[in-house]
Amino acid sequence: MTSPYPIASILGILFASLTIAAGLIWLERRLLALWQDRYGPNRVGPFGLAQVIADAIKIFFKQDWVAPFADKPVFIIAPAIILVTVLLSFAVVPFAPGIVVSDPNIALLFFLGMSSLGAYSVVLAGWSSNNKYALLGSLRAAAQLLSYEVFMGLSVMGVVMLAGSFQLSEIVHAQRGLWFVVPQFLGFILFLIAGVAETRRLPFDLPEAESELVAGFHSEYSGMKFGMFFVGEYLGVTLISAMITVLFFGGWLGPVLPPVVWFLLKMFFFISFFILLRASLPRPRFDQLMSWAWKLLLPLALLNLIVTGAVVLLLA
Amino acid sequence: MLSIVETIWRVFTHAFRKRVTVLYPEEKPYLAPRYRGRIILSRDPDGGERCVACYLCAVVCPVDCIALHATEDEHGRRYPEFFRINFSRCIFCGFCEDACPTYAIQLTPDFEMSEFNRQNMVYEKEHLLISGPGKYPGYNFWNVSGVAIGGKDKGQAENEGRPVDVRSLLP
Amino acid sequence: MAKVYVDNRAFEMNEKQNLLHGCLSLGFDLPYFCWHPAMGSVGACRQCAVKQYKDENDTKGSIVMACMTPASEGTRISIRDPEAVEFRAAIIEGLMLNHPHDCPVCDEGGECHLQDMTVMTGHNYRRYRFEKRTFRNQYLGPFVNHEMNRCIQCYRCVRFYREYAGGEDLNVFSLRNTAFFGRGNDGVLESEFAGNLVEVCPTGVFTDATLKRHYTRKWDLQMAPSICVHCGLGCNVTAGERYGMLRRIVNRYHKEINGYFLCDRGRYGYEFANSDRRIRQPLLAGEPVAPEAACESLKAAVSAGHVIGIGSPRASLESNFALRTLVGEENFYAGIQDDQHGVLSLIVDVLRSRPAQVVSLAGVEASDAVLVLGEDVTNTAPRMALSLRQSVRQKPNRVAEQLRIPLWLDHAVREAVQGDKGPLFIATPAPTRLDNTATRTWRAAPDDIARLGFAVAHVLDPDAPDAPGLGESEQALAGEIAAALRDARRPLVVAGSSLNSTALVQAAANIAKAIDAAGGRAGIVFTVPEPNSMGLTLMNPKPLREALAREAGTVIVLENDLYRRAPAATVDRFLRRAENAVALDHLLNRTVEQAGLVLPAATYAEGDGTFVNNELRAQRFFRVLAPVDNIRDSWRWLATSWSALDEVVVAIGESMPELQQIREAAPSAAFRIAGEKIARAPARCSGRTAMLANIDVSEPKPPEDPDSALAFSMEGAGKQPPPSLLPYFWSPGWNSIQSVNKYQEEIAGPLRGGPAGVRLIEDSDRTAARYFGPAPDAFHPRKGEWLLVPLYHIFGSDELSRHASAVRELSANAYLALSPDDSAELEIADGGELIIEDFRAPVKIAAGMARGMVGVPAGIPPFDGLRLPMWSRLSKP
Repeated sequence: MTSPYPIASILGILFASLTIAAGLIWLERRLLALWQDRYGPNRVGPFGLAQVIADAIKIFFKQDWVAPFADKPVFIIAPAIILVTVLLSFAVVPFAPGIVVSDPNIALLFFLGMSSLGAYSVVLAGWSSNNKYALLGSLRAAAQLLSYEVFMGLSVMGVVMLAGSFQLSEIVHAQRGLWFVVPQFLGFILFLIAGVAETRRLPFDLPEAESELVAGFHSEYSGMKFGMFFVGEYLGVTLISAMITVLFFGGWLGPVLPPVVWFLLKMFFFISFFILLRASLPRPRFDQLMSWAWKLLLPLALLNLIVTGAVVLLLA
Repeated sequence: MLSIVETIWRVFTHAFRKRVTVLYPEEKPYLAPRYRGRIILSRDPDGGERCVACYLCAVVCPVDCIALHATEDEHGRRYPEFFRINFSRCIFCGFCEDACPTYAIQLTPDFEMSEFNRQNMVYEKEHLLISGPGKYPGYNFWNVSGVAIGGKDKGQAENEGRPVDVRSLLP
Repeated sequence: MAKVYVDNRAFEMNEKQNLLHGCLSLGFDLPYFCWHPAMGSVGACRQCAVKQYKDENDTKGSIVMACMTPASEGTRISIRDPEAVEFRAAIIEGLMLNHPHDCPVCDEGGECHLQDMTVMTGHNYRRYRFEKRTFRNQYLGPFVNHEMNRCIQCYRCVRFYREYAGGEDLNVFSLRNTAFFGRGNDGVLESEFAGNLVEVCPTGVFTDATLKRHYTRKWDLQMAPSICVHCGLGCNVTAGERYGMLRRIVNRYHKEINGYFLCDRGRYGYEFANSDRRIRQPLLAGEPVAPEAACESLKAAVSAGHVIGIGSPRASLESNFALRTLVGEENFYAGIQDDQHGVLSLIVDVLRSRPAQVVSLAGVEASDAVLVLGEDVTNTAPRMALSLRQSVRQKPNRVAEQLRIPLWLDHAVREAVQGDKGPLFIATPAPTRLDNTATRTWRAAPDDIARLGFAVAHVLDPDAPDAPGLGESEQALAGEIAAALRDARRPLVVAGSSLNSTALVQAAANIAKAIDAAGGRAGIVFTVPEPNSMGLTLMNPKPLREALAREAGTVIVLENDLYRRAPAATVDRFLRRAENAVALDHLLNRTVEQAGLVLPAATYAEGDGTFVNNELRAQRFFRVLAPVDNIRDSWRWLATSWSALDEVVVAIGESMPELQQIREAAPSAAFRIAGEKIARAPARCSGRTAMLANIDVSEPKPPEDPDSALAFSMEGAGKQPPPSLLPYFWSPGWNSIQSVNKYQEEIAGPLRGGPAGVRLIEDSDRTAARYFGPAPDAFHPRKGEWLLVPLYHIFGSDELSRHASAVRELSANAYLALSPDDSAELEIADGGELIIEDFRAPVKIAAGMARGMVGVPAGIPPFDGLRLPMWSRLSKP
């Protein structure tokens, strides 16, 4: 089910995902404001939409400063890694029939792999900054990403068992009758939590934790290097929302409207939900975060796997 | 667990509440007379400069943004030779108004003083001095002080006896 | 030490002192007004009330005045007793009844003892609503401002002015509850120490009139420890700066030297630093040039060869040394009048050989028999006159001791003494201001005064050379003086350089040695005219006349007006003959006008350096002004390789072993307290982000100071710095100068943290000195010729303070003083004009002046270049 126009798909998806990520800056600020009884950006352009452009211009013209005490090559490479890994993950996301860059039969494993690589970005950024707050942030990130990755992978295995494939388009096709969110509700919840943690979004933004670590791993970053972390984070949010849509909510499937519109609707619903989480939940303590991962969520994921496996075996 | 869900729900319902933001340039808020905005120097009821250059506002200023220098007219009335406030440093805390023993320095409900050039944030005495007594009409420091100035001799202030004739103290 | 219980805790107090002294020494905050550490107790203000208990079982106790109660063994008192606290609050409420609502416009505000004490007692609300008593103020001269309404009747002013400083024109006029402190009529205060009223007065009745003209609160002053430059005593002062201008001088307590008081020349002479005659830019042929161009020009002039350097007694050791290094030792000359140079060299020799203990001013104060040889101390070393006024109390005070009256109980002691005065003999050519304190005065020519000195020495020790042919009355006087000195516990001889007579110095040295030989413990002290007269002399410069006689390619004149050191014609010829004349100075003067290259030199306000005072004490002064214009230290202009003061100080020590110790005069620039420099400005200093905002809204970085451990900042070490680096006295709750209490080891004792300055000679290693001789020939008036002798003036004779506006107002004008007999012989009346050495001046008939001499005001134009004393002819116009 690869695209008939691969170059067009690549450019289209690249452009679309970056545009969405940038637009999310505006969306997040507006939504947060909405839930806090404010307006948010409303001055630049219609509905403040051009705020994004103003911010982008500003960030592009900021001084590209590297701290003199930083490990320079690593410091420069780190923000690029996050952008590259997340963008590569988008290559396997089937937005709609024909709107996909590549649809390999190990797409889900590829996604998980890229997501793991993304952790390097944060760790290296913090380490190369040569700053105690940044290092603390990256230490937290390493522990957090490692822990949540474990059951993230396990939580989607139920879906794989039900669909019988790692190929994402196959998984979507397998949901023609029933979205996997119903049989795999526990898997969905676990994946959602793991997704929030993997993208280091509130309430799981302990690597950043501006109230205690200045700005965590990116304390020393400014200008467009900081911008890349920023965009990387929004791309991550988009990616996780897209994956939830694909894995649990039937991807592009839906009546009347064109498939891609269904996909985007579902995806934006989860993006908004991510923002709602940020608006409402406080940040846990780091030890709480770790003990949930290993003592609660991992056993639940294993339980889900065993039960699903048993059911699949029984039904077979 | 449920409380988390409840929190999320409650925050979500705020989407349908009235917004508290005042859209400022179109809609101006009410500012109380005691609002701490742009600083001014006021005048006595009889039109003289109230400031007696006592330096108390300068010393109490936590950001040290007030500089002045005292001088006297030929009749002994003290006033500031220059009086400068660097509003680019001012934090509008109002300590200066608290410290002022003559009600000369007052904060006003005006905060619209942005500038494109920082240098224009430096106000000199001619920018600060207004022509009236501000919030405190009727008060004149010189009427309660024992110092003689032009138009007010020794013993002419409130509750002051006539100056002692030193000759009357001689045996 | 006596054990005294304060609030049930045992403390050690000096049993020779009172409880207030003891409590303050221990650091207790006990309010007081009328007591002053230098003036003792009178118990007038009733403010220092404490509860005293008979023994540990006494719970009732009784209120006593701490200042009137001796700190005897086992005394039990309570400061915190509620009744005592209430009593003190009630007293201050009473004192404040008539105090006007003036603080915002009062110059004392922010450093007011009354404010401090009011806050300390907790009296913060005035209940009195009735009529306040008012007074009219008086004009008291250019130094002191009078605002009588503020008076709280502590009587400190009249006690200081009349009883301590011997002034007569300030008095109290009192009836019922009305006391007026002032003069009979408006007029300039006569005492030379009137300026101390500013510090003595606990509130704003007497304030600094020069500060009033450019008023700044104490908290806004950037301050630095400095040394007075207006005579050779080296009084410690604190200089204060604001907005790049020297604002005032206040006393900086030094136990050995100035104690609590300064003279008015020292306090008010500072304004010369703000004079519009200041040189602020380098001038090349009269045109301002960049400092780099000036340096190039100086370098070119020096490399041209045949360089002569003329040092200065008012420049620091460092500046003189930099010049000496630049021009070479063989080309370094003293910028001092030749006769004076001879006298100063002799004084240095005498001090080195130590015929007696070389005393400082505290020693002068403690002396109980004094002979002043030739010095008009009030006008040549004014602060010493105040010490001499205290010395006459020493002997009579023994009566009080016998009556077992403690010496701090001031009025009881005075009652016992009944105005009796100890021996003070003054021998000068003309009447002096100290005459009213003296046991006996003698008016004679300088040589005759020296002969009297020789005679006194001979009476004390027959081995000493005699002055043959002395008259009967002189012989009797010598016997009387010798007897007084022999009987004294701490006899003292005062001489100096003012009459430019080596014989006087020799006579003084002989007397000191003779007292020693007779078994006494003599003290000796010399006055010198300028702050670094001794320092320059210690560098062994060649005499000025040799320089003036030389052909020179380049002449470098360091902080010196040669026209005050030698006759104008000689200087003119000398400067014109030189190819390049370079002058470094503060103020425009005739020498500067003759110089091709003029470099703006720092005064004590803008520069750092070391002065050596009359007792060979090296003391460091520190700049208070951040660098302004292109004014630099002279040593910096002349430096060949040094970039910081400490390097010069070390180089001086290496080059001249005798001066090695000047390193210890103050901590080096690397000194830190807890890693921090010492802030010159108080922590409350205001306006930092606005004072320069009119020039540029971005604040500049504070200036660096490579030369000292002081910073141009309000941020610095919180701990008390060592005395030589003390920028100001302040302690929480003690904003006035009385906060010095908190800096002393014991009240009126030395400052905590080691000595300030260093004595270059030690009294312990006294070597055998020989007697000088023979005595000079007697003075005989000549027919048609007159001996011109210099008469000094506290206001006017000093080169720099003449340019201070307040001092200038009181400066003497040119005159010629004649004895009444001589003027009658010349048939000239007071005010009539005479011509001397081409100068015309009015005649002043000076009663008491010796015959055959004409008194000429020293250092006052047009007589400032005359080589005095000299014989000259008088003519009528």
